[in-house]
Amino acid sequence: MTPLVASRVAARDGFVAHVGRRSLETTRALADVRTWAPLLVGQMRRLGVDSVPITVFIAIFTGIVLSLLSSYIFTGAVPLYFVGALVGKTVMMELGPVLTGMALAGRVGASIAAELGTMKVTEQVDALETLAYDRNSYLIVPRVLAAILMFPVVTAFAMAIGVGAGWITAVNLLDLSTPEFLKGLKLFYRFKDIWFGLVKSASFGGAVALMGCLRGLDAKGGAEGVGQSTTRAVVLGCEAILVLDAFWALLLL
Amino acid sequence: MIALEGLTKSFGVKRVLKGVSLEVPDGQNTVIIGHSGSGKSVTLKCIVGLLEPDAGRVVVDGAVVQEMDRDELAELRGRIGYVFQFAALFDSMTVAENIRLGLVRRGFDDAEIRIRTAESLEVVGLAGSEDKYPAELSGGMRKRVGIARAVALKPRYILYDEPTTGLDPVTSAVMDQLMIRTRDLGVTGLVVTHDMRSGFTVGDRIAMLYQGAIRQVGSVAEIQATQDPVVRQFIEGRPDGALPTLGSGGSRV
Repeated sequence: MTPLVASRVAARDGFVAHVGRRSLETTRALADVRTWAPLLVGQMRRLGVDSVPITVFIAIFTGIVLSLLSSYIFTGAVPLYFVGALVGKTVMMELGPVLTGMALAGRVGASIAAELGTMKVTEQVDALETLAYDRNSYLIVPRVLAAILMFPVVTAFAMAIGVGAGWITAVNLLDLSTPEFLKGLKLFYRFKDIWFGLVKSASFGGAVALMGCLRGLDAKGGAEGVGQSTTRAVVLGCEAILVLDAFWALLLL
Repeated sequence: MIALEGLTKSFGVKRVLKGVSLEVPDGQNTVIIGHSGSGKSVTLKCIVGLLEPDAGRVVVDGAVVQEMDRDELAELRGRIGYVFQFAALFDSMTVAENIRLGLVRRGFDDAEIRIRTAESLEVVGLAGSEDKYPAELSGGMRKRVGIARAVALKPRYILYDEPTTGLDPVTSAVMDQLMIRTRDLGVTGLVVTHDMRSGFTVGDRIAMLYQGAIRQVGSVAEIQATQDPVVRQFIEGRPDGALPTLGSGGSRV
C-alpha cells in the first residue's frame, strides 16, 4: 500500500470512528427533550416541506422517462401493460427513494453543513455552549430527527407523482389505456414495495442530516473551510445513500 | 474566585499554553494582555470548558472545571458570562431573541425574560433595539449586545475576549465604561486584550501572557512602572526589543 493510499485509508478510518462517537453522543442527547423538541417542527418544515418542489420536479421527469424507456424495451417482446409494472416497481422501490435522497443530500446536506459550518467559524456554536446548551441536543438532534421523519414523507410524494407521471405519459404518448396501465401496476405490486422504499428513505434522511451536521461542526477557518465542509457533506451523504441502499436490499429483499 | 493552575495546551505541535497560573480575585477586573497568538483566548475557553487543557486545572468557586460532568458544566456556565471577540450573535435571531436564549435555558418565565432583556439592553445603551437583527447593527453595537446577553443572566463572572478590537476610539471608550459599570455592579471581570489603553482603563490588575506563561502580574501602577523589558516593550508598543514582531509571531488561536 502506498503512503498516499495508507494515509487516505487512515483518514477514512478516523472519520468512521468520529461518526461513531458523534452518533453515540447524539443518541445520548435524545434524552434532552426540553432542548430539541421546540426546534423539531421548524426543522421538519425547513428540511421536508421546503424540499417538496425539487422532489416533485425530479419525480415527474423520472416517471416520464421510465414510462418511455419501458415501452421501448417491451415493444414487440412483452405485453405493453408491463409498462405499469416497471414504472410502479422501480419508482416505489428504488428510484423514488434514491433519487429523492440524492436530491435532498444536495439540498438538505449542503444547507445543514453550510449553516452549522458558518456558526462554527463565527463562534456561534461556542456561544451556544456558554449559554449552557448542548450542541448535540440543540443543533444535531432536531435536524437528524426531522430528516428521518420527513424524508419518507417527501419520498411518498415522489412515489405518487412519479407513478402518476408515468401513467399520464403512457396514456398520452404510448398506445396504452388507463386500465392496461393499472393492470400492469397491480400485477406485481406488494405492500412491501412501499414500506421498503419508505424505510430506506428514513435511513437516507438520518445519514444525510448526520453527515451535514458532522461536517458543518468540523468546519475550520473561514469561508473556504465552510465551502469544503459543505462539499464533503454532500459527497458523504450521497455515498451513505448508496451504501445504505445496498444494505437494505441485502437485508430485506 | 477563578484560579488557573499550571494550564498547558497544545494544538498539534504548537504549544500555546505552557503552564499558565493566575488568580482572578472577586469583584475586580483582571486584564490579561499579550500579543496576538499568545493564547489569551485559549485561556478563556479553558475556563468555561470549551477547550480541555492538556494539563493543569481551572478552579472556579472551589470546583475543578475539568472534573465537572455535563450538568455541572451547564450550571457553571450559568455563573459565567462570555463576551466573544466578534460578539458571536446568532444571526438568524433578533437582538431580543439572542438575549432570550440564555434566559430560557435558565428556566425564567416570559415576564422575567422580558424584564431582564429590557434591563440588559438599557445597561448597554441599546434600549429599543430588541427587534433588530445582528446584520443591521454596527460592530460596536453587536459587542454591546454580546455584553447584554451576558449581563442578562446576572452572572458572577464575565469573560471578555478582545472587547475593543476593531472598534473606533469612542466606541472603545463606551465598551470600557460598560466593563467598569459591570464590575461596579459586583461582577468579576476577566478581560483579554492587546489594547493597552483599554486594559489600563478597565483593569484593577494586569497580567501579561508571554510565551505560554504569565510573565508578570500586578496592579495597573505596578505594570506601568515595570522594569521587565518584555512587558515594558509591550505596553509602550515599541517594535524593537525582545517581543516577536511581524513575521515572527504565531497565528491567533
